Amino acid sequence: MSTRLLTPTRSVGIIGYGAYVPRYRIPAREIARMWTGGKGGTPVREKAVPGLDEDTATIAIEAARNALARAGIHAEHLRAVWVGSESHPYAVKPTSTIVAEAIGATPYVQAGDWEFACKAGTEAMQAAIGFVGSGMANYAMAIGADTAQGRPGDALEYTAAAGGAAFIIGPAEHALAVIQGSLSYVTDTPDFWRRAGADYPSHGQRFTGEPAYFHHITSAAQALMEEMGTRPSDYRYAVFHQPNLKFPQRVAKMLGFTPEQIETGLLVGDIGNTYSGSAIVGLTAILDEAQPGDRIFVVSFGSGAGSDAFDLRVTDKIVERRDKAPRTRAYIARRVEIDYGMYARLRGKLVR
Amino acid sequence: MRVAGHWRLRKQRLTLQGEICPVCGAHIFPPRDVCPECGQPASTPYTFKGRGEVYSFSTVYETPDHFTKYKPYTVALVKLEEGPIITAQLTDVDPDEVEIGMPVEMVTRRLTEEGDEGLILYGYKFRPVMERVGR
Repeated sequence: MSTRLLTPTRSVGIIGYGAYVPRYRIPAREIARMWTGGKGGTPVREKAVPGLDEDTATIAIEAARNALARAGIHAEHLRAVWVGSESHPYAVKPTSTIVAEAIGATPYVQAGDWEFACKAGTEAMQAAIGFVGSGMANYAMAIGADTAQGRPGDALEYTAAAGGAAFIIGPAEHALAVIQGSLSYVTDTPDFWRRAGADYPSHGQRFTGEPAYFHHITSAAQALMEEMGTRPSDYRYAVFHQPNLKFPQRVAKMLGFTPEQIETGLLVGDIGNTYSGSAIVGLTAILDEAQPGDRIFVVSFGSGAGSDAFDLRVTDKIVERRDKAPRTRAYIARRVEIDYGMYARLRGKLVR
Repeated sequence: MRVAGHWRLRKQRLTLQGEICPVCGAHIFPPRDVCPECGQPASTPYTFKGRGEVYSFSTVYETPDHFTKYKPYTVALVKLEEGPIITAQLTDVDPDEVEIGMPVEMVTRRLTEEGDEGLILYGYKFRPVMERVGR
């Protein structure tokens, strides 16, 4: 078989990165109080909820500004601003043009919106690797951001959260983390979907587990390690898509990663599932801590279904760049707890 | 306001772009092509850094129709580092936490929506400055 890697002509890496998480938190026990009388376990401790004036565009803009601050480049050098999300504010009208204008990247820039459930952000990252790796551009920005929807009373209501992360891909010699390899593993597996015009998604209950999440992540992860000739112990950190606390811990164990390797990037317990931001907000938290030479393993998952896997090596440029923008845990720490009433208001569930 | 009116303000609202006077060096916001300090023509674009402090503020409980969804909210006069004082909403802050002199920074947020089918309008608001280093 020919290589399954997506290999660019020239070596590329992450020049700058940034995250954003809204400040509101609803504890899962508060949601359980509404629907189960507070009985039974919950899949996370709490989740991040967007403010009334926040949406995928505003989340993407702040993450993008943080990425630019760390990269130390002017936005006019970007040749692409791509936003992956399943909660674009408009059905028709790009989120990416709003983001590109707000960060000062217009007008000589490629802009486009991506959609693949929770892996739209990593999909945009792989496209950016190609855009820069082919020589078409020196810098391209890929963003994954969401304000995810959960039907009141559904299992997803405990976890569907808001947040996002932005990455500027550029030549490897300027990178704070070099992308050593990546690949994508996709099949037509309908575990979760939202029809046009529907307010809330539908899902296949337990079908979202084995044939969807676990199959795609383990397949992508094992293929990438085979291609790279690596084992889990070769990586300092690993981060997987985080729909709840249990799934990423279990998939890490299945693949042979230890709890210590996934701890730094495992944010779902504190902020919920940020969908297109899930694995990559975790990656930003790892980059906030990582040391030069550390190797990072990243695997996203998007329902429908597929996984993108990445092998990164951190360079010495991380040291001078990471404190040029707020760290991801600083956003997580500015926490304002809300009750279900305020949650219903913030998420537009009240009829006036 | 019609679509074209919002569109003309996009740089101002999304990037805090004003002007700088080539004669006396004054920073100008909103852009008006004439320097309010020296009266000379001034149309050189300048993008403000987006840092400043609360000069004065008031919390709004009875709102214009477009902003009912957001009440209560705090409107402030923000003195930018470069000099101009501009009017803007504060966000990510409770009204009773706001103080005169509080350091604030610009963020881009939804300002309002033109109903369920119209434009979503984005622009600058200010929030308390985030610390640069977390933990």
